[in-house]
Order: sequence, then C-alpha cells, then structure tokens
Amino acid sequence: MSFQVAIFYLFAAILLSSAAMVVTIRNPVKAALFLVLAFVTAAGLWILLEAEFLAIVLVLVYVGAVMVLFLFVVMMIDVNLAALREGFVRYLPLGAIVALIMVVEMSVALGPRRFGLARVPAPAPLGSHYDNTRVLGKLLYTVYVYPFELAAVILLVAIIAAIALAMRRRPGTKYQDAGRQVDVTAQARLRIIKMPSEPKA
Amino acid sequence: MVSLSDYLILGAVLFAIGVVGVFLNRKNLVVLLMAIELMLLAVNMNFIAFSHFLGSASGQIFVFFILTVAAAESAIGLAILVVLFRNRQTINVDELDELRG
Repeated sequence: MSFQVAIFYLFAAILLSSAAMVVTIRNPVKAALFLVLAFVTAAGLWILLEAEFLAIVLVLVYVGAVMVLFLFVVMMIDVNLAALREGFVRYLPLGAIVALIMVVEMSVALGPRRFGLARVPAPAPLGSHYDNTRVLGKLLYTVYVYPFELAAVILLVAIIAAIALAMRRRPGTKYQDAGRQVDVTAQARLRIIKMPSEPKA
Repeated sequence: MVSLSDYLILGAVLFAIGVVGVFLNRKNLVVLLMAIELMLLAVNMNFIAFSHFLGSASGQIFVFFILTVAAAESAIGLAILVVLFRNRQTINVDELDELRG
C-alpha cells in the first residue's frame, strides 16, 4: 500500500466519521465544529486530487466564513434541544434503509468494474511547473467569463437578501441623518437676540 | 494508486450520510442546513475526482460555481432562520405551519 493510498483511507475515514457525527450529535454547536473538521479533511483529499486552489478556497471560504456564520447563528438562537430531537429514533430505521439502498446502488454503478484503474487509469503527476490557480484563472476569465459574472451577481443578491431579511428597525433608536446634518446652517444652530439690560435694583 | 471509483464511492457514502441527516433531524432547521452542506460537499468531491482523472479543469470550475451558490444559499437560509426565530421563538419545522401547507 503506497503512501497516497494510506493518506486517502485515513482522510476518508476521518471525513465519513465526522460527517456521521454532524448528523447524529445532540448539540448543534458540536455538529458545526464536526462539519468544520469534515470540510478541512475534504480539502486534504482535494489536494490529493491536485486541486490546490479549490482546497484552499474550501478552507478559507467555507471554514473561514460560512461555518463561522453557522456558529454565530447556532449560538445566537436559544433552542429547546429535547423538542427538536423527538422522532430521532423513529426515523432512524427508515433513514438507514434509504441510505443503504443509495450506497449499494451507487457502488454497483460506480464500482471498480466500471471506474477502476483498469478502465480509468490514474493520470501522470503534474509536476512542480503546473500552476492550478493559473489554469483555473485563465479558464474563468476566458471560457467561463459570463458565468463568472453571474456568480458575482448571485453573491450580490445574497448579500442584499440577507441584510434585508435580518435587519430590523427598533422604534426609538437614535441614528444620524446625513442629509439633515449637511443641510444645517449657522442660523439654525445659533440665534442672536437683542434684549435690554436689566436695571440695577 | 487510488482509483476513480474509490473517490466516487466515498462521495456516494458522504451523500448518503447527508440524506440520513435530513431524515434524522427533520425538526431542527440548523442541522438540516448542515446536512445539505454535506451533500453539496459530496457532489463537489465527485466533480473534482472526475476533473483529475479525465484531465480537464472544467470540473473544478463547476465546483467553484457550486461553492458560490452554496455560500449564497446558506447565507440566505441562516438569515431566514434568524428572522423565523425572532418571530416564533422556535426553529422546529413542525411548528412552521402558518401558510397552512
């Protein structure tokens, strides 16, 4: 067994066990942390597949941003865990049967007989001159430039939607009105009035 | 050497775990979103495996776009979740029946 195969099986075992913990563990905070472990391990597997750029993006964007967002939300809302867990045992057999059927079906379809090394040989290692980021960048800015712009629009829509959904105006909050601040004149701030001096008593 | 079918079966098992997560945590909206993330990760794993073994970088471009859409999806999903919790004090899927669906 070569070093690569050993790494693959080690990472696959960590990935699958942490994924199983995500869906079975009681505490959602711990589930989010196990999901972080699953993403980092998947990034390791992607590096094994010579997709360095996406592996780093997975760690930076997913672990760094999306999972932190998950953790924020999970810690912010205070949920009654016992009520959310009911039905867990009841649905376990059904879920297990469906998952087992899916895994068996896909293993038959995707097994070594059709996608093994004999049918799809492993490509030669790309070597140190290969630059994954450069290759992806060239493709993104030439062939896929239109979808790339659309992806940017999708992110903009997501930003606006998330802010519009989650923002609320509480009554009675104090905030600055920049227009009124700019509009203000000296007369509005300072008024000079003349009044007679009071006579001495 | 690790073959393509190894990666594909790993992706299949990961996807199945995500499906089981949807079955088991059908009341907890947060863990439902996490199970969806697991399924997306499995799909991405398949795309990258095919991209590596077929020698075409287009599969990785697809993963790039899937990551973008998944990030947008989880951001909006969590925003809806926060609004929901603010109004109903619960994230139990069974109690979300105001639309009478």
